[in-house]
Amino acid sequence: MKMVSAVIKHFRLDNVRKALTDIGVEGMTIIEVKGFGRQKGHMEVYRGVEYEVKFLPKIKIEVAVSAEKLDQVIDVIQEAARTGEIGDGKIFIYNMQVVVRIRTGERGEKAI
Amino acid sequence: MMKKEDSGVGIPGFLINGRMVLIAIFTGFLVFLSCNNAFAGEAAGINTGDTAWLLISTALVMLMTPGLAFFYGGMVRSKNVLGTIMHSFIILCIVSIVWVLWGYTLAFGPDIGGVIGGLKWLGLQGVGQEPAPLAPTVPHLAFMMFQGMFAVITPALITGAFAERMKFSALVIFTVLWTTLVYSPVCHWVWGGGWIGTKIGALDFAGGTVVHINSAIAAITAAVIIGKRKGYLEEAIMPHNLPMTILGAALLWFGWFGFNAGSALTAGGLASLAFVTTNTAAAAAALSWALAEWGYRGKPTAFGVVSGAVAGLVAITPAAGFVSPMSAILIGIGAGIFCYLAVNVRPKIGYDDSLDVLGIHGVGGLWGALATGLFASTAVNSAGANGLFFGNPSLFTAQVIASAATIVYSGVVTLIILKVIDWTVGLRVKEEEEVVGLDLSQHGETGYNL
Repeated sequence: MKMVSAVIKHFRLDNVRKALTDIGVEGMTIIEVKGFGRQKGHMEVYRGVEYEVKFLPKIKIEVAVSAEKLDQVIDVIQEAARTGEIGDGKIFIYNMQVVVRIRTGERGEKAI
Repeated sequence: MMKKEDSGVGIPGFLINGRMVLIAIFTGFLVFLSCNNAFAGEAAGINTGDTAWLLISTALVMLMTPGLAFFYGGMVRSKNVLGTIMHSFIILCIVSIVWVLWGYTLAFGPDIGGVIGGLKWLGLQGVGQEPAPLAPTVPHLAFMMFQGMFAVITPALITGAFAERMKFSALVIFTVLWTTLVYSPVCHWVWGGGWIGTKIGALDFAGGTVVHINSAIAAITAAVIIGKRKGYLEEAIMPHNLPMTILGAALLWFGWFGFNAGSALTAGGLASLAFVTTNTAAAAAALSWALAEWGYRGKPTAFGVVSGAVAGLVAITPAAGFVSPMSAILIGIGAGIFCYLAVNVRPKIGYDDSLDVLGIHGVGGLWGALATGLFASTAVNSAGANGLFFGNPSLFTAQVIASAATIVYSGVVTLIILKVIDWTVGLRVKEEEEVVGLDLSQHGETGYNL
């Protein structure tokens, strides 16, 4: 089992959600996050005082998947989140030890 | 049980020890005053239209102070939102009481040597339903309360300079002393029969010198004495809720109709003129500020538009009943550009007038006072005077003298008041209290709980 964690642009979220649902992904968690990568930050000016905003807002989505579905999920996210511009984000994959469905107590892949 | 910790808000020891004595003296004083007040019935000479407009204007000006609370509250960081709003709100409460006890009589009581009002109306003794000496068609009480709302908003304007770091107990003491020692005298000089209004002949329709220059000089003095906020110009200290600031600016604009058009003290042509010049100048200044930053930085900002509107309202204040609507456009355009330049200079000079009281109210107020000396016309208001552009350079000179006198007096007395408070209870919160924020450290609550 794998945990897919992807940092994407806000406006691609709906695209990514739809694409994942289309390939049978049944759940995800999203978090509003801030960070920087190669895109760096931007300037904001308030009454003449300039601030360099170093952390940009992004959306982080987390999807738990079975090992055999992993490559398909990565491809779908990469395709749906991509604009070709700098700042499109990154996808991180972790090994996942246990999944528990709280209502039934089921464990493992059937709980995903 | 909660343990009482040593926080910056604590009432100083010498006050606690004498508290019962003070309460007893104060209560006795109030009983004495209330026994001496005999309110007469409806007196001759009262105009009901004028009275209705002045009462409504008083309520409009009252709303400006909570409006200012939102205007400032949106500009600070979220940890200081309640502390900042509290500054304006508690000043509304404190000055309301100070004004009826002794503030009004010091400002408008019988003139003593052109510098201060006498104590004839201490505790509103003799201030009743008969016509007011300075406004013969409205009850004295209505005039007193209208003026009281001006006394309220003036110290509230100052709080923008020391936002996010002032100790609450110090603010309370400052408000009482400043209203008594600075606002009331300056108000007397200009409007209450004092030397600026009667001898110099300067014009101030609704408070360019009394309210705006006065508060702005006090503000910059306070900003210098209390010092910069921790992290100023080093870390991002950005407004936390600009929609709140915009709401506040809208309330200020709305209330300003009472401030300026109400200052006619009658409900007629003069009030209508001031109403039109006020709206026109606010709009022109908002546009000129937005155009200036559009040209200089490439984008017009919402914060800029509302800042410009307030700058225009400030600038038209002394001129509102003395200039034509076309002059109001020019005064507004000047206000937007001059104040925009001023706030751009602020970070380069390095003092931390946190919410630009000097940049908006000082520069806008001074421009307005001088512009009154340029654009005033007796063709518009025969009770006024002609300005420089209408062939009378002496009015411009009078405006310069009135502004300079206000700057010097307000600067010096504010400096003394602040130093005395700093030596006794202290002006500034502790560093850790400043980091935590005023909401939690001064008031034990937070503005936003999710």
